[in-house]
Amino acid sequence: MAETFTCSFTATELDARSGIQTVLDRLRAMGVPEARADEVQIALTEAVNNVVEHAYAGMAVGDVNIDCSLDTDHLWVSIGDSGVPFKNNELPSGARQDLTVATEDLPEGGFGWLLIRELTSDVQYERSDSGNNLALRFELQARNAKPA
Amino acid sequence: MSLTSTTADGTQIVTVNAERIDAAMAIQFKEDMRATTENGPERVILDLSEVKFIDSSGLGAIVAAMKQLGQGRKLDLAGLTPMVDKVFRLTRMDTVFDLYASLPDAQSANRLNS
Repeated sequence: MAETFTCSFTATELDARSGIQTVLDRLRAMGVPEARADEVQIALTEAVNNVVEHAYAGMAVGDVNIDCSLDTDHLWVSIGDSGVPFKNNELPSGARQDLTVATEDLPEGGFGWLLIRELTSDVQYERSDSGNNLALRFELQARNAKPA
Repeated sequence: MSLTSTTADGTQIVTVNAERIDAAMAIQFKEDMRATTENGPERVILDLSEVKFIDSSGLGAIVAAMKQLGQGRKLDLAGLTPMVDKVFRLTRMDTVFDLYASLPDAQSANRLNS
């Protein structure tokens, strides 16, 4: 039986920071190992940054709804928003960029989706009338016993 | 964004006095780095030992900070904490920068090379 919880916050940089911290505190308390929790924090931050920067761009800022479902061997973290869809309703590939270029030509962006793809075992995206739902899956081989 | 800068042995050491370099402070970090490293020595060591978390915006800002140093100057990174180290390795940015476990390590590399 999966354990679930939800957390909502306004899609601003500072509210996102504290909202993500709340989610991570909860996951650690539920026994997600520290190294995996760090990885969830990195990937979740990138997904939420995208909502803040793109989904609500040019419209009234809305909420980000985080929905976590923790099973014995995996964790799903869903990020919901009521903003605009991804371009062409498709997720960015997160492809690696060429880093063997001259310093002045090095990329300064495009690392967010690379990090999400590297840190998750699956990514699902659904667009509905009410908005976007992005679900990130993380494997949990060595979940700790829950603290008493 | 708080940066502290000292110069020793012909190397500028810039310490980031913050726990995060994230989307909320990336632009400020880049601008503060520009002001701090303008007209300084050839080698700049960025001491990240107080930084516990970085996201892709922060990573981009560090790349920008290196680019704005201009030709003939170099930005090395020291004291990466576990999450910061992970972000640099996953994005292969560890192949772009020289990374040192600690500030003293970075400084002794300076002496060896000179």
